Amino acid sequence: MQRRDFLRCAVIAAASAMFVPRVVFAKAATERRFVFIIQRGAADGLDTVIPYADPDYARLRGAAAVESAVRLDGTFALHPSLVETAKLFTQKQALFMHAVASPYRDRSHFDGQNILETGGTQPYQIKTGWLNRLLSLLPHEDHEAVALAPTVPLALRGPIDVISYAPSALPQPSDDLLLRVAQLYQYDHQLHGLWSEAMSARSIANGADPGADHSRKNSANIGAMAAHFLSQREGPRIAMIETDGWDTHTAQTGRLSNQLKTLDTLVASLRLGLGAAWDQTTVMVATEFGRTAAANGTGGTDHGTGSVAMLFGGAVNGGRVLADWPGLSPGALYQGRDLRPTLALDVLVTAAVSECFGLDPQQAGHVLFPAMKADYRAIMPLLRQ
Amino acid sequence: MAAITDVALAVNHFGLGARPDETLPPDGRGYLLDQIETYSAYTEPWSALPASADVLTADMQAQYALRGQSAQIRSDAQRDRMAAQHDIYQNAVQARALSALLTPTPFIERLVHFWSNHFALSVEKGAVIGLAGGFEAEAIRPHVLGRFEDMLIAVEHHPAMLLYLDQTTSIGPDSPAGLRADSNKTMGENAPKRGLNENLAREAMELHTLGVRSGYTQNDVTEFARALTGWGVAGPVEAAQTGRPHADPENNSAPGTFQFFPARYEPGDRTVLGRQYSAQGEEQGLAILRDFAASPSTAQHLAAKLARHFSQDTPPQRLIDRLTRTFLEKDGDLTAVYHTLLAAPETWALPAVKFKTPWEWLISSYRALGRQDLQDIKFAQLMTQLGQPVWRPGSPEGWDDIAASWAAPDALVRRVEMAQRLAAQAGDWRDPRALARLVLPNILSESSATAIAHAESAVSGLALLLVSPDFLRR
Repeated sequence: MQRRDFLRCAVIAAASAMFVPRVVFAKAATERRFVFIIQRGAADGLDTVIPYADPDYARLRGAAAVESAVRLDGTFALHPSLVETAKLFTQKQALFMHAVASPYRDRSHFDGQNILETGGTQPYQIKTGWLNRLLSLLPHEDHEAVALAPTVPLALRGPIDVISYAPSALPQPSDDLLLRVAQLYQYDHQLHGLWSEAMSARSIANGADPGADHSRKNSANIGAMAAHFLSQREGPRIAMIETDGWDTHTAQTGRLSNQLKTLDTLVASLRLGLGAAWDQTTVMVATEFGRTAAANGTGGTDHGTGSVAMLFGGAVNGGRVLADWPGLSPGALYQGRDLRPTLALDVLVTAAVSECFGLDPQQAGHVLFPAMKADYRAIMPLLRQ
Repeated sequence: MAAITDVALAVNHFGLGARPDETLPPDGRGYLLDQIETYSAYTEPWSALPASADVLTADMQAQYALRGQSAQIRSDAQRDRMAAQHDIYQNAVQARALSALLTPTPFIERLVHFWSNHFALSVEKGAVIGLAGGFEAEAIRPHVLGRFEDMLIAVEHHPAMLLYLDQTTSIGPDSPAGLRADSNKTMGENAPKRGLNENLAREAMELHTLGVRSGYTQNDVTEFARALTGWGVAGPVEAAQTGRPHADPENNSAPGTFQFFPARYEPGDRTVLGRQYSAQGEEQGLAILRDFAASPSTAQHLAAKLARHFSQDTPPQRLIDRLTRTFLEKDGDLTAVYHTLLAAPETWALPAVKFKTPWEWLISSYRALGRQDLQDIKFAQLMTQLGQPVWRPGSPEGWDDIAASWAAPDALVRRVEMAQRLAAQAGDWRDPRALARLVLPNILSESSATAIAHAESAVSGLALLLVSPDFLRR
């Protein structure tokens, strides 16, 4: 791929309900495509790519442990909701990376997402996003940009201008927000009653579990729309899709299952929509941090550290789980509670985009994650050359 | 600590909500008193709005020009006319909201909103939809720090109020115009039925001044209505109604402004609340209005409403009594009443108990998000979605000022939906934890702070801040 072929950048994003995936695109005259899917809210890696062979997993999760997972290798199994993703794995087009974390070691969503998107080591230290800085590495003649969302996510913000275009439909509040509002009003004698009443009226009006179905349909639409743009001959080559609802402090079994089904639908619709272009596409999925190794008292998990990142695409060197597994024994856990990170997310991101666009990883890493000290030999190649 | 709390109340309870880009004043009460000195009635964006006289004149001329045209032409023109009036309304709502976002005197701006609602008109009456903004700008804003009597007379003289409460159609039965209409009828002509209309007289007594059940009788209302005959609006519409291009050649009122029409005035002395008024013509109605403005019933009525707005839904009687006393002792000087209000411990109490109306909530939300403009925002539409369309309370009684009217299940869901949208528009421009401490200094509860801090994204944290119990109340 010729770097001088890059022509222009465009950014597009779309907002929708519940799962609320928002897509952002950037244009470049290359046949290679890169899609970054962010999981906002700290997705649980241990229940996504399950270390079934680790005896401590069942002990830590107890009744909440995932059943009927699909075995990937001698150590790991895939959550049963990830049906299409499992097929990609069989076709060696899915690569899972476990015990992954950004440099962030505290447990605030905002700070964690800020670091994940800016590529800094301290929250709010860097003002631009690494995807925007990635664009700046690519020669361009035209910075025309469109966003189908009210705002451009931080990862894509920076000196390269982005125009936003908001869809007119008012998104319904996400289930996560409704749940949090309920907690917020728990001790307010006036608002608590009003909110309970409103929510029971809402569930009667909607029927059983309307959100999950709606959210999957929605996700398929977002995936198809993103694929449509990316597969155009003159279309954008970089997309960012935001998803939320991953903060499963309670009832994780059902909620995570719905979340993963939606993610599965999103990835499958991207692949379907991209057609032949899938071979030139790299999709990366990552979250700000993981969740506690043990289940909590409300059938959920709390903010943790290490989690899972994923790569999908026709060129991905897949069909394997990349991990330096630290184990889940009490002594192995980070601060006695979390999956200890053994792979650096910023190194994985740099390797993936460098291989995708033919950049030198050392140079790219310097721009994307200025503080990073990286050794790429252990993990490359992530794509088939 | 007490000082910080006072500052928080000054900004959020007396003002329109904190802005993160404004430094908090050192002293809450002093900050509010300063605003009384620095308030200006005609600043941007109000000064850019058309005067209601111009709006009305253009509209009346357009109508006048259609006389004799075919039904089709008239109906098309009518549609265009309403669309134009609606545009004027929407621009005025934008101006009102923008002014509330950026005003350097938010306490006085709140008082403008209070008095505008006290003297409410409602724009589902097509005749006033283009005049509502001008009414607030011309009758309320210049008088908000003056004497109540001056505001009252400006209101009852304003074409918007005269049209809204049907005063322009009221004709004394024994006036020259009334007698002529009567004789037309006996002659068997198909003359329009014309006579006394009590609407303005009744609402001025019940809502604007004395208050309901304050002791007046139907006879007092009818007498006041007789005294108000002749009050109308100058211009082509009057010419159209009377069939004469100039109703009174001696009158030099500008078109679209107040005009007294002697031909409709019911001659004679009036007796209202036991007092006789022998002055004739416009002066008779004015004399009665002035007595209403100075009445202890009016003082109590207004004091109770102000106390409810600035303390709690059921205000303490002693606060009402103090405000009443000031109003009467200071001859209806509203600034003196505000001083009493600001000196009252009952208005500085925590925790906040006043549940924000949709208007208060949306304005304070945009202020908290640091919004500097309303580009791409249709404020009138948002207020309709939240259930409080601006200047459209549906009756001259105005909007309720109690939680029971606003804190309802569906209304709460709408605020959550709106909060999510506002937060998504704002994006993750700011750490919501820091913002929450900034806009709710010392009044952010521990549980709200925790919920905001635990939100799964900055956008979701912002939305939670806007619907937190601490932010829903002031």
